[in-house]
Amino acid sequence: MNVVIVGCGRVGAALADAFDRAGHRVIIVDVSTRAFDRLPDTFRGSAIRGNGTDEDVLRRAGVEGADLFVALTEGDNRNIMAAQLALEALGVGQVIAKINDPVRAEAYSHLGIPTLCRTNLMADAVFGFVGLPLTGTEAIMSAVGHHPGGEEHHGPGVFVAPTTGGGGAIAGREAY
Amino acid sequence: MFVVVVGGGKVGYYLSKELIESGHEVVLLEKDRARADQISDEIGSIVIAQDGCEGKYLGEAGANRADIVAAVTGDDEDNLVICQMAKHHFDVPRTIARVNNPKNEHLFKHLGVDEIISPTRMILGSIEQDIPVHELLHLAALGQGELELIEAQLSEESPAVGRAPRDLVLPEGCAVIAVIREEVAMPLRADTILMEGDKVLAIGRPDCEAALHGQLIGEAAEEAAPASAEAR
Repeated sequence: MNVVIVGCGRVGAALADAFDRAGHRVIIVDVSTRAFDRLPDTFRGSAIRGNGTDEDVLRRAGVEGADLFVALTEGDNRNIMAAQLALEALGVGQVIAKINDPVRAEAYSHLGIPTLCRTNLMADAVFGFVGLPLTGTEAIMSAVGHHPGGEEHHGPGVFVAPTTGGGGAIAGREAY
Repeated sequence: MFVVVVGGGKVGYYLSKELIESGHEVVLLEKDRARADQISDEIGSIVIAQDGCEGKYLGEAGANRADIVAAVTGDDEDNLVICQMAKHHFDVPRTIARVNNPKNEHLFKHLGVDEIISPTRMILGSIEQDIPVHELLHLAALGQGELELIEAQLSEESPAVGRAPRDLVLPEGCAVIAVIREEVAMPLRADTILMEGDKVLAIGRPDCEAALHGQLIGEAAEEAAPASAEAR
């Protein structure tokens, strides 16, 4: 499948490498070319320098119609906006936005954006390790609502909104 | 009216000040503490020194009873999130966002922001009134610059409108290569008839420009001389 990753930090670079090794087509976007140093020499995808919240940049990078779009920059709001751009303007099939603020993460999962919240993720990892009760939040909060513009731009069903399970959403996508 | 303003830059500052002067109730959220203190000193203790993108602080500012939330920070993504949180989390009846990249206007509208203010668009609009649209656009220099790729948008005055490209009188070393009609690129065919609004692409030597101008734009070629370009 065609995978787009915005933000070439440690996670972004590792994901890009993994998708690349698994034989997928990867486009990774970052504002800094130095960030691309994190990619291994074997990386065969495209590394595009630019602002991942800029529609023109994403379009030029060839994001249109991609199967999966993962927004992993340092800024919650940048990730939220990039993911919504991808869904609304660029016809991307599935998006995931990293939102570290748990309140915003929950709010946007209700708005139909699957979110990945590092705060919940790490807290639960520690809770689990020391035997405290978990928060019970899924690693990737599945989209529980409908994205406000989702239906106007795409046909119904394009936006996958599972309401149950989905905890290991990325692992569950191996079928692609 | 009760207005929550997010972003204490110049816009947020003057907006809050004017609103207070006209008797409205205002709370301003500015995450930079030094800036927040400075504004408090000047217009009173209406400032909360917190990030308005966080739902928690929007709540503390009283967003759930606000008539309007105005997101006027310098970052489009922040303004979008503020308005969406206000709308969907606090049921604010009216949200206003400042948008810097005019291309984001459509997205913001689509995602439910009620009003969009784009300073870039406004200034652009003001400037564009002064720019003649009837000019050739240089898209690229080819080779060492001996050839150039040129675009001309056909206005209603263009002599090329209603004619076939092969009827254009063009000097040697110059070719019309394609037409873009309603954002769709089309090759030139024998039955192609040029229409108003078409963008015609041509390749030629720089000295063919006057002739191209005359055929595609319309006015006397001399008027498009570099002198007038320099005058702008």
